Amino acid sequence: MFDFLEGYDLLGAFWTTVQLALLSAVGSLVWGTLLAAMRVGPVPLMRGFGTAYVNLVRNIPLTVIILFTSLGLYQTLNVSLGAEGTEAVNFRLAVLGLIVYTSAFVCEAVRSGINTVPVGQAEAARAIGLSFSQVLWLVVLPQAFRSAVGPLTNVLIALTKNTTVAAAIGVAEAAFLMKEMIENEAQLLLISAIFAFGFVVLTLPTGLILGWVGKKVAVKR
Amino acid sequence: MSSLLYDAQGPRAKRRNVLFTVVFLVALVALLWWVYRTLDEKGQLAWPLWEPFFTGTEAWSTYIWPGLQNTLKAAALAMIIALPLGAVFGIARLSEHAWIRVPAATVVEFFRAIPVLILMIFGNALFAEYTNVPSDDRPLYAVVTGLVLYNASVLAEIVRAGILSLPKGQSEAAMAIGLRKNQEMRLVLLPQAVTAMLPAIVSQMVVIVKDTALGGAVLTFPELLASANTMSGYYGANVIASFTVVSVLFIALNFALTSFASWLERRLRRAKKSTGAVVGVDDAEIAGTAGTGAGGTI
Repeated sequence: MFDFLEGYDLLGAFWTTVQLALLSAVGSLVWGTLLAAMRVGPVPLMRGFGTAYVNLVRNIPLTVIILFTSLGLYQTLNVSLGAEGTEAVNFRLAVLGLIVYTSAFVCEAVRSGINTVPVGQAEAARAIGLSFSQVLWLVVLPQAFRSAVGPLTNVLIALTKNTTVAAAIGVAEAAFLMKEMIENEAQLLLISAIFAFGFVVLTLPTGLILGWVGKKVAVKR
Repeated sequence: MSSLLYDAQGPRAKRRNVLFTVVFLVALVALLWWVYRTLDEKGQLAWPLWEPFFTGTEAWSTYIWPGLQNTLKAAALAMIIALPLGAVFGIARLSEHAWIRVPAATVVEFFRAIPVLILMIFGNALFAEYTNVPSDDRPLYAVVTGLVLYNASVLAEIVRAGILSLPKGQSEAAMAIGLRKNQEMRLVLLPQAVTAMLPAIVSQMVVIVKDTALGGAVLTFPELLASANTMSGYYGANVIASFTVVSVLFIALNFALTSFASWLERRLRRAKKSTGAVVGVDDAEIAGTAGTGAGGTI
């Protein structure tokens, strides 16, 4: 029944999906947090930049961004992010596109976390003479992240699913392999079921485990 | 609380602010300068590449407008089909019979856990193999199928959150005046829930519009993004110009939808015509965690 699987690197494709998701998750967590810090900070120019970035990027389809990294950045402007060979370049470009897009949502998730921190926390921190960056890094953000685990989990799950968009620029991840297999094998339902199952396995435990972690670390108020 | 993170600024803080502003501005200008230089070097700023969008209507009437029409058509169809489906599944998840509740929950959680692109590719092959939909229409069918399957389950969660957000007194009062279960849902709960859910439904529209672009990139569906590709082929590799125009259109369309959603939300919160419950743009995402957490409305 599963003979047709021979010759296809199913695990390899899902491993690429996982790599895309993890690398982009780390990147967008860093960049998204920085954006959130800019948006709540005292420098008007940075606030404006953060707001503009989030509002612009949120409203562009991820597909446009990913396709642009390949057609625009790589093929037109020859930006290759220091990689050799089309395959490696496309992988890095896909990660870049995913980071650019996802960080807008990370920023909003972190900001929603910041909003749950009681005003008194920041006031107390200011009262003992901490500067803005100290208030943010030492007092507010540690508490904000604990209540942002839920929204951030949603972003991570959406990111995992969004990695399939990288198929549009030929990164050999799960959706790319699925398309190839469906074209070559007469096993539509079985192939689709396998890939659907693969994504359920990736996203469902993430939601359950991080949901549990989120409850565990949330600040009880 | 954002403004409470820092004190009113004294002379030193003001000086530091100016310093930060200048440093950030320099970095921003350097980035823009680099973008400008690279574009210029590769000849992407040459007027002939941008001209089609500013002079004459050919680019708009031949490529952009038909693409935009297809984007809007697919998005509208998907929304119109997904909304009733979502309502049915959302209500089914609240049923007191386990044999309705459990299958409905399984279907909803399953389709929320799977990428839209996978559903679209599946739909495309399904229509090719088991139906005689003409191959020209197949991409549209596939895109709408994928969007409906995914968004119906997201909308089901929104509907569920909307109904659960109503005060308990509503259903108790309905029961007290002797309404049947379906009357209670149809006459009392749903009308109020729909009003409360409107902002979340409108912002789901943004997600649908964005996802139609997948059809253009992977399934040869001739929507807005695909028209950018055709254009850059036709007008001599003006990739940057075509993508800029298409991105601006997407941003304008989605920004209008987002603004409409938050206007609706503000209005509903102020009017409080219903019992005060409003499922906001953000709450829908949070509602996503209620189940097994496979979701998020990105």
